[in-house]
Amino acid sequence: MSAKEVTDATFEADVLQSETPIMVDFWAEWCGPCRAVSPILDKIAEENSDKLRIVKLNVDDNPETAMKYGITSIPAMKVFRGGEVVKTVIGAKPKPALEADLAEFLA
Amino acid sequence: MRQVIIIGSGPAGYTAAIYAARANLKPLVIASSVDFGGELMKTTEVENFPGFPDGIMGPDLMIQMQKQAERFGAEIVYDDVVELSLAGEVKTVKLGNGDVHEALTVIYATGSAYRKLGLEDETRLSGYGVSWCATCDGAFFRQKKVAVVGGGDSALEEATFLTRFADVVYLVHRRDQLRASAAMQDRAKADPKIRFVWNKEVAHIYGDEKVTGVGLVDTVDGSETTLDLSGLFIAIGADPRTHLVHGQLDLTPEGTIAVEGRTSKTNLSGVFAAGDVIDPTYKQAATAAGSGVVAALDAEHYLAALPQELLARAEGAAPVAVPA
Repeated sequence: MSAKEVTDATFEADVLQSETPIMVDFWAEWCGPCRAVSPILDKIAEENSDKLRIVKLNVDDNPETAMKYGITSIPAMKVFRGGEVVKTVIGAKPKPALEADLAEFLA
Repeated sequence: MRQVIIIGSGPAGYTAAIYAARANLKPLVIASSVDFGGELMKTTEVENFPGFPDGIMGPDLMIQMQKQAERFGAEIVYDDVVELSLAGEVKTVKLGNGDVHEALTVIYATGSAYRKLGLEDETRLSGYGVSWCATCDGAFFRQKKVAVVGGGDSALEEATFLTRFADVVYLVHRRDQLRASAAMQDRAKADPKIRFVWNKEVAHIYGDEKVTGVGLVDTVDGSETTLDLSGLFIAIGADPRTHLVHGQLDLTPEGTIAVEGRTSKTNLSGVFAAGDVIDPTYKQAATAAGSGVVAALDAEHYLAALPQELLARAEGAAPVAVPA
């Protein structure tokens, strides 16, 4: 199952109003490392569906949100809780490294 | 057990896989979990790989190579090698997920990893303005000032690519001439957005939450200057990825894996190396592909000379001797 897409228009409702921690994967079509990390994120989401939701935001189609969160490098993954960024992970990493970065949300 | 395990999935690894697979050796390719496809996954247009007169996108080229290897029976695993034991007749390869694979031969084609400047703030600001990948991050610097550090082909390629987005691209180089090819130099020098900053080394990266500028030191007179910018792209070369084989494979003074003459043979029998990890000089996709061919043929030749009872334990057809 691949992650749900969020947009500039739905960001408020889908992410900022989320009652559970939610991670946004900022990505783009042309970004090779984004393509690499995407299936790993899907897997992490699948294995932890009760703890952490993971959604994707295409930075080309949604420049407003990308700019608001100061994205200068993708893939960039930000965990939101209560509408605030509580964790940022930058760059494609192997699954164990990402799980270690996200440990507090997966426990 | 396998006859061949190939570590790496750039042009060298995939080309070795195509040859080994076509020889019915059922190679297993350990492609890495996030760096699969190698360096070309981070490039855009590749104009110098033969057979593509209109150019081809780097990631597309790598996906084609992968499909070509799979077509002949190569199996690809998207994981990272964490441990290698290469000395014995049977080699073992341990992966990040805990799986251990055995093989009679290993082709080591792990390429190289970007070099860092070695500055204190470089890691802290990585992803916040410091980048090693213009094609990944360039679009976030629309109408901004950025700098590329370096003087080789990849530095000029990055600089030229960045002019699509940035207003000004400084090319900071520690000498007063470039190593880059004539074609790349001509293109960059004709570009009004690229400004050459000669004889300067980056000594500081400034910025609290994101990059705001750099401090430069003149390599001739030692004078210091600063440059205001939002992005710093580092393209000062790459080091061969050899950490997994330290203490097992001999290295050259340049840090690449030592191979015998024009072959891919390392100091350990049954272990072959190919691509940028053995090449301190040329480092092209096409030379890496050629090097992958050499490794696959060397491995085939080695396998053909092994005792039948050993080969019978491995998957795939018995290897046929190829001319050395």
